[in-house]
Amino acid sequence: MPKLIKNGQLIDDAWQTLRLAEGDDPAGVNVPAGQWLVPLAVWQAQPALAARGDVAVWLAGDDEPAALTAGLATLALIAVNFPAFTDGRGYSIGALLRSRHGYRGELRAIGDVLRDQFDYLTRCGFDALAPAEGKYTDAQLEEATRQLQDFSEPYQASVKHADPLFRRQRRAA
Amino acid sequence: MYRYDDYDQKLVDERVAQFADQTRRYLAGELSDDEYRPLRLQNGIYIQKHAPMLRIAIPYGNLRADQVRMLAHIARTYDKGYGHFSTRQNIQFNWPALERIPEILAKLATVQMHAIQTSGNCIRNVTSDPFAGVAADEIIDPRPWCEILRQWSTFHPEFAHLPRKFKIAVNGAKDDRAVIRCHDIGAEVVKNAAGETGFRVFVGGGLGRTPIVGEQITDFIAWPHLLTYFEAILRVYNRFGRRDNMYKARIKILVKALGIDAFRAQVEAEWAHTKDGPATLTEAEVQRVAACFVDPDYAELPASDAAFEAAKAENTPFAAWVRRNVRAHKRPGYAAVVASLKKTGVAPGDITDAQLDTVAELAERYSFGEVRVTHEQNLVFADVRQSALFALWQALRDAELATPNIGLLTDLICCPGGDFCNLANARSIPIAEAVQRRFDDLDYLHDIGDIELNFSGCMNACGHHHVGHIGILGVDKNGEEWYQITVGGRQGNDAAIGKVIGRSFAAAEVPDVIEKLIATYIEHRHADERFIDTAQRIGLDPFKLKVYGETKTAARKVANA
Ligand code: SF4
Repeated sequence: MPKLIKNGQLIDDAWQTLRLAEGDDPAGVNVPAGQWLVPLAVWQAQPALAARGDVAVWLAGDDEPAALTAGLATLALIAVNFPAFTDGRGYSIGALLRSRHGYRGELRAIGDVLRDQFDYLTRCGFDALAPAEGKYTDAQLEEATRQLQDFSEPYQASVKHADPLFRRQRRAA
Repeated sequence: MYRYDDYDQKLVDERVAQFADQTRRYLAGELSDDEYRPLRLQNGIYIQKHAPMLRIAIPYGNLRADQVRMLAHIARTYDKGYGHFSTRQNIQFNWPALERIPEILAKLATVQMHAIQTSGNCIRNVTSDPFAGVAADEIIDPRPWCEILRQWSTFHPEFAHLPRKFKIAVNGAKDDRAVIRCHDIGAEVVKNAAGETGFRVFVGGGLGRTPIVGEQITDFIAWPHLLTYFEAILRVYNRFGRRDNMYKARIKILVKALGIDAFRAQVEAEWAHTKDGPATLTEAEVQRVAACFVDPDYAELPASDAAFEAAKAENTPFAAWVRRNVRAHKRPGYAAVVASLKKTGVAPGDITDAQLDTVAELAERYSFGEVRVTHEQNLVFADVRQSALFALWQALRDAELATPNIGLLTDLICCPGGDFCNLANARSIPIAEAVQRRFDDLDYLHDIGDIELNFSGCMNACGHHHVGHIGILGVDKNGEEWYQITVGGRQGNDAAIGKVIGRSFAAAEVPDVIEKLIATYIEHRHADERFIDTAQRIGLDPFKLKVYGETKTAARKVANA
């Protein structure tokens, strides 16, 4: 079973990700039984999915996180997709979900997610990191969990650090 | 100058460890080229023609003597004995071996230096006025604000993978010496009517393929809001900047597409949520940083030094150097000195390890142990006593750093071009040298007077050719090197983009063309009128006529090429 890092622990990932193919109708696409992450368009077009309890939503870089505000309290999982690890929109989406919209459930980075991004992702509020299946061996992921944080006292305020360094610590003149 | 506290030092040390591990994994085959590329770029490493190039950050151009000595050591130990100062006030080494770069970074960390975010699609080194703190026309010292921005932008978790690179410049004087309107964000430190400090901010300026002068997004943001406001700009850009086409990915394209008013509205809507939030600056933090930039221990000196005046009267070469390379200082009896890195025959901005050692020693002896890098690729000793100018001149002359050409035609800006850079369309250094040789007569140079000639080897415009009074751009035509010439660009308060005069030229023709442009100026100038002012007054036509009217055969050659 694929693995992911959740709150610093390596665990099995039971969720599958549904991606729309060109021309798929979000309202008509079938979401099979089991735990599924579905695109925002499907989530919005099929309100019945929310009642299933085993369906969660993933956002693309150009999705508007505010679109989810209504259901945020009930969602246990939101994923943000990184189509390429160099596409940094997901960092802003994560930060917005946490700090602006007050989302408290699991926030998962999916797609082209690399261990060298874990520090920044964690600071932007992602508590679940799911590199593509086969990207890393379990041993590599284990190693990466010991190293989630590259910088012990970063300068900025972020989701993880409510205050910037200059408010967090007394800096000597 | 800013000195690291334990937190700054720890971050840089942690970066060294992080990058050493990334490089180890890359060399072990665990990281692919594509995965390693952004990581190395964010540590200033390009893979260039001959070897990796390492670009080391010099925050807003400020260096201490011990740091200069470290650069000399790196040049000597890891390179071929020289480095190159860039137009963004950084230094580049062209020959280090990749495996040894973690070691170089570890050594840099021991003198509070690094290569963080000197490349890649992130917020780059903040640049500023090399005369900050000493210029007579300064309103507010920009350096503390640059340092605050440096810290904020370093490892910002949200903005490490922007659509494209992002450059910020800050100026705090009447004259803009930081080219703020040609940056993604340009900030001018100002006081409002109530006497409060704040920032006038421009966005969406930039050179490169689509040169645009930045537009004003606000005329005043009070200082506590500097970071939240910039964060709002960056967040809008990160989310909505184009990512489908790297040539349209800079913030200027987004600002143009939306229009400045709509862009401003988006930024303000975003800012409304974060304004007065935790990133709001505190008085204590600003004071902590500003305390690093208080005046050095100046002596009380007479406004003019008799021995200095006498030396000027007696020694013509010294007087010529003073005229071009020495600037007024806010304190009586002091001066700011520009050491020229534009000696003909040396690639503009290049400096040897021995010269770096000399610069460190002279900085200690004459200028409170500090030196600054200018975006024109020269060095500044900012706090020299007038009484020491003669000795400093002699020492600089011995080190071949005293060419009296600051602001003259041979003090040209030039990128590394085709000799070093993978992206180049054409070589720049040899052609720049040919131009310098053509104008080797000092009297003629002085007669031509103030002029800025900027040279880029491709449209990425690292040599800022668009804002040169004369700009030269290397272009590729069917695999051959050609050069396009612009006239009328300028930096500063009335920044403008130069206009192309016509068809481009072969390398060998460039010095002739420059000579004709200068001749046109000499014919048309009014007394004491600078090249750029004449060019603005008479327009392009007289220049075109002189250049193309008299090179018909060359023009035909071009047409048939
Ligand atoms: S302008 Fe072009 S050739 Fe010159 S350094 Fe920049 S990218 Fe290289």
